[in-house]
Amino acid sequence: MKRALKNKGAKKKSIFENENTVNFISSVMAVICGLLFGFIILFISSPSQAYGGFSMIIQGGFADGISGIGRMLYIAAPIIMTGLSVGFAFKTGLFNIGASGQFTAGAFAAVFVGVKCNFLPSGMHCIAALFAAMAAGALWGSVPGLLKAFFNVNEVISSIMMNYIGMYGVNMLIRRYVYDRIKNQSMPVKSAANLSKAGLDKIFPGSNINVGILIAAVSVIAVHIILHKTVFGYELKACGKNKDASRYAGINEKKNIVLSMVIAGMLSGLGGALLYLSDSGKYMQVLDIIAPEGFLGISVALLGLSEPLGIFLSGLFIGHITVGGSNMQLFDFAPEAIDMIIAAIVYCGALSLLFKEIINRFYKRSLKKTKTKQEDKEKL
Amino acid sequence: MDYIIEMNHITKQFGDFKANDDITLKVKKGEIHALLGENGAGKSTLMSVLFGLYRPEQGEIKINGKKVDINNPNDANKLGIGMVHQHFKLVHNFTVLESIILGREDTSLFGILKTDKARKKILDLSQKYNFKIDLDAYISDITVGMQQRVEILKMLYCDNDILIFDEPTAVLTPQEIEQLIKVMKQLADEGKSIIFITHKLNEIKAAADRCSVLRKGKYIGTIDVKTTTKEVMSEMMVGRKVSFTVKKKDIKPGASILEVKNLILKSKHSGKNILNDVSFQVREGEIVCIAGIDGNGQSELIYSITGLRQPDSGQVFLNGRDITKESIRKKSDSGMAHIPEDRHKHGLVLDFNLQENLILKTYYSKRFQKNGFLKFDAINEYADELIKNFDIRSGKGAYSIVRGMSGGNQQKAVIARELDRNPEVIIAVQPVRGLDVGAVEYIHHRLIEQRDSEKAVLLVSFELDEVMDISDRIIVMYEGEIVGNFKPGDITVEELGLYMSGAKRSGGNGENKV
Repeated sequence: MKRALKNKGAKKKSIFENENTVNFISSVMAVICGLLFGFIILFISSPSQAYGGFSMIIQGGFADGISGIGRMLYIAAPIIMTGLSVGFAFKTGLFNIGASGQFTAGAFAAVFVGVKCNFLPSGMHCIAALFAAMAAGALWGSVPGLLKAFFNVNEVISSIMMNYIGMYGVNMLIRRYVYDRIKNQSMPVKSAANLSKAGLDKIFPGSNINVGILIAAVSVIAVHIILHKTVFGYELKACGKNKDASRYAGINEKKNIVLSMVIAGMLSGLGGALLYLSDSGKYMQVLDIIAPEGFLGISVALLGLSEPLGIFLSGLFIGHITVGGSNMQLFDFAPEAIDMIIAAIVYCGALSLLFKEIINRFYKRSLKKTKTKQEDKEKL
Repeated sequence: MDYIIEMNHITKQFGDFKANDDITLKVKKGEIHALLGENGAGKSTLMSVLFGLYRPEQGEIKINGKKVDINNPNDANKLGIGMVHQHFKLVHNFTVLESIILGREDTSLFGILKTDKARKKILDLSQKYNFKIDLDAYISDITVGMQQRVEILKMLYCDNDILIFDEPTAVLTPQEIEQLIKVMKQLADEGKSIIFITHKLNEIKAAADRCSVLRKGKYIGTIDVKTTTKEVMSEMMVGRKVSFTVKKKDIKPGASILEVKNLILKSKHSGKNILNDVSFQVREGEIVCIAGIDGNGQSELIYSITGLRQPDSGQVFLNGRDITKESIRKKSDSGMAHIPEDRHKHGLVLDFNLQENLILKTYYSKRFQKNGFLKFDAINEYADELIKNFDIRSGKGAYSIVRGMSGGNQQKAVIARELDRNPEVIIAVQPVRGLDVGAVEYIHHRLIEQRDSEKAVLLVSFELDEVMDISDRIIVMYEGEIVGNFKPGDITVEELGLYMSGAKRSGGNGENKV
């Protein structure tokens, strides 16, 4: 083994030795696999239109030029946030399936402040709404965290329940406080509460883009720094990778579980605010449906292998195919078919870990081959 | 042919790693043949090949001079090969009888179990070897020594002629070991051939006729045990000279550093006392060994001292200060080092790299962080320093993922981390478990170095050799109580064994301080 390592060191370093590259390649392979699978679905449902529809998906946001890209960025921002939320908790060894509930809670808090708190100065209104969203999300995330830390309740179960409580609770609150009776949805927020477009609409004319994507980017960087550069991140990762060793090292594991869920909740809650404080004609519907952005966040996190930068890229990608999906309606595909294809890609995204394993195995085998070849040469 | 087993030029590879590299083993009929080697030398792999668990890449196996193909353990059984594994393969809620006949049950019509014949045969066998075993006792209720006898009976019940014992003495008291060796000799006299895997030279001397030595997957040689000294055997095993004697400075123990007073810990399930009124002291400049058979409360005692579990009553003092209720962090900061029993569970975060593991107990200190941000340069520098000082070997130095490192180097990493914090008291639980002779020597040397610089060392060990060699004082634990407190010079290994098995106890609860 040692000699093999030395051999490699002497020659140029293979790209397969860099873990980040392997991660990236495996995610790309997962995406390709998902796209192929999606194509098969398209082909079964409508052979003649399959090719056109599929190229629409591939082109995604780019099909409509600049405005499409703007749309993609707008769609990507909230799911990057929920992806970060799931990925962050995952690094601590927690499976935050409750991103949906946190997202909904955050969204309502943002809308509530946006509609009701007119007394705020116009510059402050939007910021207050964002903070309200983070607080609500954090509150929602803290419940499973506390239950896990102090009563050892499995966070998956408690956060699924929090999803339902969030959905029905928010529906009730919308009806009571910010209800638009005619459209069965939340009232529009005051324009001062909407996120600033900050000139981005000049760059991407004809789209709903606003500073949301920048907020998401900043969050990605912040989470990256927390996880990889700080003492707090070190503790979180230690707890995630080995709870017993963390306890042995004197790390307060309970505190870290709660904090991790609170931060995860904050990120999801902020994602909710980004979606609805947008002046894009998007309102909170009073429906018995759990916010899909939360579940999309799980896929985004898986596809991005829970690394903040990976999550940013995979969030953009999901945004991209979502735009492509809606463009596919031109080819007479039912919206359900589009959802199915996205789902297929997302499912295959979860396979990226499998691909990682395959790449590593393949690399090792080829290494062995070259080694034996070398040895043969040496013998000659 | 007078060889019953011939394994010729066996090579077994796992990926790039050759676990067995051209090994030849020949066993005569009716002999006890020891297979000697350090951990990872390839002993178990070779036996797994013989037992049909692995298929070798190269080589052939002959039984009674005939070439055979062993594809699975059933083939091996048909050829009369039986094995007592290091970790027994018994069903805990079966009776002794049921365990022995498992897989070879006699049944009458409609599959109803018939045990009369089997019972008679097993009773005859156990009488012949003086096993004194209750066939209707449940496995979970009998001692480890008895469980081993069940495994032996199982092999004899199947009329196996070739018996493999994989490190059979690891879990036994000296008395049980003596009996086991007696039984092995009796079996060999009856014409059965025995392969005895071990890395303990004393046992080879006592039991074996010939001995084959493996080192790092290679065959080193076969020797006649009677005419070869232990020193030669160990040199063959390790590849260099090993000193058996431990050099210690002559110092008088000073003030008490760690004191445990009337510690009681109750089991969460049964409410039984796992620790029953345990009291002792460890003074500066002495190594106190807690001897005893695994599972007599040693782990729980250490958990209670280090804070991984809260005792139900009693106190722990460090330098005269009551630290019973303090957090683990506080204890560690006030000078308690803990080399844990299970380095994979507690000692290391296996998926962290080496440098991250080396700062696991100090990452929050000023040296490694500023305003909550880790100082990676300082960490890396520190890790390189420890790697050099403690000779920790790994593929990528400070950046190696610890999971991929060898057990010995993992343990060195734990020891480096704990000792470099300059602790007052070092608590080490089985620090050399599963390590090869070289690493054992090194770690003992390090612990004694701490003692010589007037630190207090508390060592939990199940290995009597270790206990006798390096301790200044021995405390024996049996069923959660301290049943003896001796200086190593005042007691023989045999006597210690009697205390460990509960057959003997000295009055008071560790009161007779030396």
